[in-house]
Order: sequence, then C-alpha cells, then structure tokens
Amino acid sequence: MKRSDFIKTGILSTVSLGLAASAESKAEAPDLVGFNHLPIKETKTMNTVLHKAATRGHANHGWLDTNHTFSFAHYYDPTRTHFGKLRVLNDDFVDGGMGFGTHPHDNMEIISIPLEGDLEHKDSMGNVAVIRQNDVQIMSAGTGIYHSEYNKNKDSKVNFLQIWVFPKERNITPRYDQITFKPEDRVNKLQQIVSPSKTDEGVWINQDAWFHLGNLKKGFSTLYDVKLKGNGVYAFVINGDATINGQSLNKRDGLGVWDVEKLDIVADSDAEVLLMEVPMN
Amino acid sequence: MNPLHILIIGRHQQIMETVVRLIESQRGWSAKGALTDDEAVALFQQENFDLVLIGGGVEETSEEKLKEVFLKKNPAVKIIRHYGGGSGLLFNEIHEAIAETSK
Repeated sequence: MKRSDFIKTGILSTVSLGLAASAESKAEAPDLVGFNHLPIKETKTMNTVLHKAATRGHANHGWLDTNHTFSFAHYYDPTRTHFGKLRVLNDDFVDGGMGFGTHPHDNMEIISIPLEGDLEHKDSMGNVAVIRQNDVQIMSAGTGIYHSEYNKNKDSKVNFLQIWVFPKERNITPRYDQITFKPEDRVNKLQQIVSPSKTDEGVWINQDAWFHLGNLKKGFSTLYDVKLKGNGVYAFVINGDATINGQSLNKRDGLGVWDVEKLDIVADSDAEVLLMEVPMN
Repeated sequence: MNPLHILIIGRHQQIMETVVRLIESQRGWSAKGALTDDEAVALFQQENFDLVLIGGGVEETSEEKLKEVFLKKNPAVKIIRHYGGGSGLLFNEIHEAIAETSK
C-alpha cells in the first residue's frame, strides 16, 4: 500500500466514535516514515533525534487535517513510536463546528494546547470548558474517562497540539485541570506550563515531566536547564526558526535531546518553541 | 493481515466494549473482553488467544496472577499493557506485539 493510500484509511476510525465515525478501516502494514528516537546521520551529536516537519505522519479527513510526530492510530512506524515517556505529539487542524465525538481514554496524561481558535471540551467527570489560545488543559485519564472535543467556532479552523505522556502511576482517579497563561510572560522567557509539582507553576502532570513555552525574538538566546537527571527534552518549533544545541530547526520540526544537562536555544527568527522534558525510561 | 485472537482485560465496561469493537473492525482480528479476573481466566482456558491486553483499572496484583496463569497454559502468549483507552495507540500496540512475537 502506498503511504498516501494508507494515510487515507487514517486515524478517523479510531479517534472518532461520534460525529466523525466513518471508516473503521481494514488497515494494512504501513510504509515506514521518518526516524525514531535513535541517533540519525542528520543530527550533529549522538544523543539527539531530528524529526523534520515533513516526515511526520499525515492524514487529511476533510474536517480533520492532522500530523503525527509519533506513530498514532493507523499511522504506524515501528522506528518512530515515542521519545522516552512522550508518546503522542499530534498537530491537529479541525474545521469549524467539527470535532472528535465522545470517545474514551485511560492511563494517559493528555495535554491540549490550542494554537489558534477555540476548542470546546466536555467529559464524563462533568467538566464543560472552552480551551482558548494561551490556555493549557491536562487530563489524567487514569482508570477511564469519556470526553469530546469540538471546534467552538463554526466559521474558522482550530489548530491545537494534543500531547500524550505515559503516566508515572497507572490507574489513578481521573482528573482535569486548565490554566490560562499570560503570553507576555513568555516573551524572551521560558514559561513553565506543565510540572509534576502541584505547588509549582503550570498544570500538574502525573509524571516527572516539565513543559515550557517561549516566544523568542530574533537573535535572542537562552539556556534550558534539565530539571531531572536522566530526563530528555523534546523541542518542537511551533513557529519560526531556531537553533537548538547546534541543530537548525524550522516551523513544526522536532528535536529530541538526551544525556545533556542544558539546551542551548537561539532564535534564528521570531520563534515560538515548546520544550517537553520527560523521563527517558 | 494474519488472524489474531485477542483477550482484553479491563475494569471499565464502556472502554472495553470500545476496544473490542475497534479490534473486531480489523480484517482477521477477533477479541473477547473480561471485566473480572475470574472471567479472564475462564475465557483463557476455553479459547486460544494470541495476545492479551491488560487495560485500565487492572491492579498490579491481578496482573501478576493473570500473567502466571496465562503463561502456564500458553508460554507463547504475548501479554502487554494497553494505554490510552482504545483509540490512538491500540493498533500500534498490537502491531508492536506482533512484531516482537515474530522476531
């Protein structure tokens, strides 16, 4: 099966049990796309992995245009399944008024970050919320939840990142949190948006993981100190161009780095960067 | 796709029904679900499963006991933890398990 044909059978069958339910297709083994979390020749050191934006798995279902940094649903590349405890990084574009019908989750830390537009969320814990730009939402699916996510607006797309991190502890009581962050607090700064400490900044995650966002002006440089020895950091360039530990990155490229204490980040243009520090084992 | 018979053990009925439905939507794949340990053991004794998915809510003590019982009856059976609750990772997990089994 050609990759393009494979992608057409895509994730629709699995992620959408409501509005978007259609093809619970008969998948065949996919072509291999991209690279995994092992060193590759394009990288400059032996402890990095580069995922260029164009190498991501892609599926366009009309109402949903999605890019998978790691294997997800029917996009399966056995060499590209995770970066440490970071399992899913989906870059979703959802048409106006459309979305993911009610569907289940368990045992996963699920973080949603709207980049453009508004996302309406409802879940089996009774939470009803709209997640907007500058909000970060987290769900610990734990023993099991149901939820739906729709584009709140009828006339414009919503673009959001959905990120799944394996939980530190399985089978916890499901929980939900959402915080609105000040965008000015990440101009030429790294703003902490996720942390494993309930008293620290950001939404709490059931994992030894820290996420930071930065809006860095062209020419600005900064260092990121790894919080926990042994953790790796996966950097995702949301917009613009940046160089991280000597690796040049463009819009929607990803770079995983491990066995380091610091990341050296330089904005080659005005750049928006997401750093996800996660355990590697 | 090669035939595959899968046992899913979980404590959340709706999620288990979803997982069973998703697996059975794949050509050649079939699945049975068990909500309790006793039910899982009974099913495993009656049918030949290629793969067991340990789903959400299954306590570690149950998991260990079940693994012991299953491997005693069929040392070749692959037993993995299922994460995510049915949608995004299900087919990936199964593909990985099959790949490891066939090595």
